Amino acid sequence: MPTYTLKVNGQARTIDVPADTPLLWALRDNLDLVGTKYGCGQGLCGACTVHLNGVPVRSCQTPVSAVGNTPVTTIEGLDPAGMHPLQQAWCEHDVPQCGYCQAGQIMTAAALLKQTPSPTDADIDAAMAGNLCRCGTYVRIRAAIKDAAARCHTVEAAK
Amino acid sequence: MKKSAVSRRDFLRVTALASGGFAIGYLLPGQAFAQGNLLDNTARQFTPNPFITITPENIITILAKNPETGQGVKTHLPMIVADELDADFSTIVIAQAGLRADVGPQFAGGSRSTPDNYMRMRVAGATARVMLIEAAAQTWNVPASELTTEKGKVMHLASGRSLTYGQLATKAATLPIPDEKTVRLKKEGEFRIMGSRVGGVDNPAIVTGRSLFGIDQKLPGMVYAAYEKCPVYGGKVVSANTARIKKLPGVIDCFVLEGTDNLSGLVPGVAIVATSTWAAFSAKKQLYIEWDETGGGGHTSEAYEAQAAALARGPGVNQRNEGDVDAAFVAAAHTAAGAYFYPFLNHATLEPQGCTAWARDGGMEIWTTSQTPGFGQDLVAKTLNLPKEKIKLNFVRGGGGFGRRLANDYMAEAAAIAVRTNGAPVKLTWTREDDMRHDCFHRPGGFHFLKGAVDAMGKLSAWHDHFVTFGYRGTEKPSSSAGMSTDELPSRFVPNFRLDQSLIATNVPTGPMRAPGSNGLAFVMQSFIDELAHAAGRDPVEFRLDLLGADRVVAPSNGQRGVPYDTGRMKGVIRLAAEKSGWGRRQLPKGEGLGTAFHFSHSGYVAMVAHVAITPEGSLTVKEVIAAVDVGPIINLSGAENQVEGSVMDGLGTIWLQEMTYEDGHAVQSNFHDFPLLRINAAPKVAVHFLQSNNPPTGLGEPAYPVVPPAICNAIFAATGKRIRRWPITKTDLSWS
Repeated sequence: MPTYTLKVNGQARTIDVPADTPLLWALRDNLDLVGTKYGCGQGLCGACTVHLNGVPVRSCQTPVSAVGNTPVTTIEGLDPAGMHPLQQAWCEHDVPQCGYCQAGQIMTAAALLKQTPSPTDADIDAAMAGNLCRCGTYVRIRAAIKDAAARCHTVEAAK
Repeated sequence: MKKSAVSRRDFLRVTALASGGFAIGYLLPGQAFAQGNLLDNTARQFTPNPFITITPENIITILAKNPETGQGVKTHLPMIVADELDADFSTIVIAQAGLRADVGPQFAGGSRSTPDNYMRMRVAGATARVMLIEAAAQTWNVPASELTTEKGKVMHLASGRSLTYGQLATKAATLPIPDEKTVRLKKEGEFRIMGSRVGGVDNPAIVTGRSLFGIDQKLPGMVYAAYEKCPVYGGKVVSANTARIKKLPGVIDCFVLEGTDNLSGLVPGVAIVATSTWAAFSAKKQLYIEWDETGGGGHTSEAYEAQAAALARGPGVNQRNEGDVDAAFVAAAHTAAGAYFYPFLNHATLEPQGCTAWARDGGMEIWTTSQTPGFGQDLVAKTLNLPKEKIKLNFVRGGGGFGRRLANDYMAEAAAIAVRTNGAPVKLTWTREDDMRHDCFHRPGGFHFLKGAVDAMGKLSAWHDHFVTFGYRGTEKPSSSAGMSTDELPSRFVPNFRLDQSLIATNVPTGPMRAPGSNGLAFVMQSFIDELAHAAGRDPVEFRLDLLGADRVVAPSNGQRGVPYDTGRMKGVIRLAAEKSGWGRRQLPKGEGLGTAFHFSHSGYVAMVAHVAITPEGSLTVKEVIAAVDVGPIINLSGAENQVEGSVMDGLGTIWLQEMTYEDGHAVQSNFHDFPLLRINAAPKVAVHFLQSNNPPTGLGEPAYPVVPPAICNAIFAATGKRIRRWPITKTDLSWS
């Protein structure tokens, strides 16, 4: 089997997997990073969202052979202490019900806030429409993203 | 929305404990409190009952007894204990129980967790509190009556002394446990935790991606499995290319499991055991299996529809006949007729089914997301001929339940594979396609051929329903969750009522899904009541209040299951939803409308008003849903609102977008492209109003769901004059001019 050295959450990690292995399963089964979830295997649900060089991608549709040196960030690496404004806002708004989709939701939202620091409801709906939540926590996801955006501005202003 | 007070201390405390060398047996990564010896009483710690442990280090642990699949039970049952204990909830460690004998029933279903455990949880907390007070009284040599408690401390206000529960734990552990009946419970107004907003106790782990769910489990030397089943329910394996599959990269083994006839158990199929999930999934695509698909032929959705129409032309079998329906129609001032249909549905939990099992020491250890783990234990025992006591069940968080995990088919599969992996633990993961096609029981579809009449006074005077439903492989009786109580509203509330029933034989197994029965029936009944209100030119809210009549408690009819129906509580939420939505006081532009509906299920009284906007081209936007709910006092305001908000999204997604269809016994839909879930860009605003009546608290996982589809459809009618009689809404052209 081919060997791949992935840059995951700032660390070089070497794995031996078939070239067509989706990044999702390499993360989960080989690297014990299980925060990234399997939902559909077809890029339809967004539960497997990670960042490649800061850009949200569906890890179930990304073969490890296509990753190369591009830095991968997973939910575990977003902020290892769990202090990212989105993570804090998610807890304060008590967003999760079952929680299964939420890592993917947060990763997509984190990329949105980088691009659009003050998103409107329409911006949020457009950016987040690829992430399904079967429990229907959408109202809280919108509120938490807005709250996290406001927090980021407060931090910026204090600098 | 107000923010809930979630402390990071929960997370830090759990982390500290997990790494602090506590002797709690075998630990899984991230599952420090899955199950272990933590709650065993010792000389050093105070464990007055299975639900509470307090150590001298002042670590207070509360046992979460039931399976958590997103309904919030891991948070709100411990809140009840903590309130009576008078502890500070933000510092408490929550331990997830596994299956055990000393904590009462452990299942997640029927919205029963709250009503079945409310008093048990209160007594558990209050008992510990009384003993801690007694320990302090003995320590200070003062009467217990002079002592008070607050946030994990006993205080003697007269002397200004206080001790933490931890400081009292060793002494409390030596005291006799008082008779539960003598323990004083808090009175209304004394609660400090119940009724507040508390975030889910697993939230910190969820937002940081720590191992938590069924699919996240990992054990030393673990192997990975996939399982292919016949696309026709009840089909059997004739032959399979197992020899070829065994040679594929990463594949350890491939074998046929003969299985059983129990469609909620181990059904026949082909198992693949591999070194990774991807190796198992890849090999699964290379399977060539010859199936015996006997029994599937003719089971096609179009055929069912034609059968229903034919059956409706006959008399059916009468189930209830009160008054004189025919005479009431003759005398009626207004009548209406409508043929309604709701489809089969898939539960579609976002975490596909799966299970981790480890055959060892002559038994089996299982990590499961089951909603009925006790039944799962029975099933595994029966399937593998193992003694029940040799099967240990750990509960791990389920990525959604909605009734799907009431069945334990995946558990039987994992266990049957685990006995063939040479002692290696095995994690079985279903693909989404497996999950979509092998929902081992579907929400049953149904047809209702309705006629209704309104008298000259504008009151509903007659109702006739010919209900065409499904029987599993026969027409003897409705299959699971496909029946209908003869008490279903408006039965008992209309003087002339007739219910006839016919059955279509199906090979599709059916069963409970969130608010079973109600989830289709409320759509039909509340939509047709709306038709009759409009036919009579009456306000839909007033018409409904009239239908319910005077405030009273209506008992179930003889022989019918059910609980008394309190019309006053129902009218209360109908009025509250109407008032909060501005019903009757708003001028809406053309193409917008308000619709209302109510329903009573799982002891919960719920009414909603939906506000929709539809473009002339027929594009639907649901702008807002206003919900009014009476399930008695609310334990966790944040969790309760979340359940209602989620029910609105679930109800809207299913009525708008979803149906399962069949072709010769094969499920047609396979993934989210053809079985879509609601997306955020279609999510309405939701306002939730609780009418916190002074009744015993009841559950909220289910009762809000059934109200959503009819509220939406009634609003669509108000906006466009188009009546939705066929689920999903996408089958109806909503354009208007």
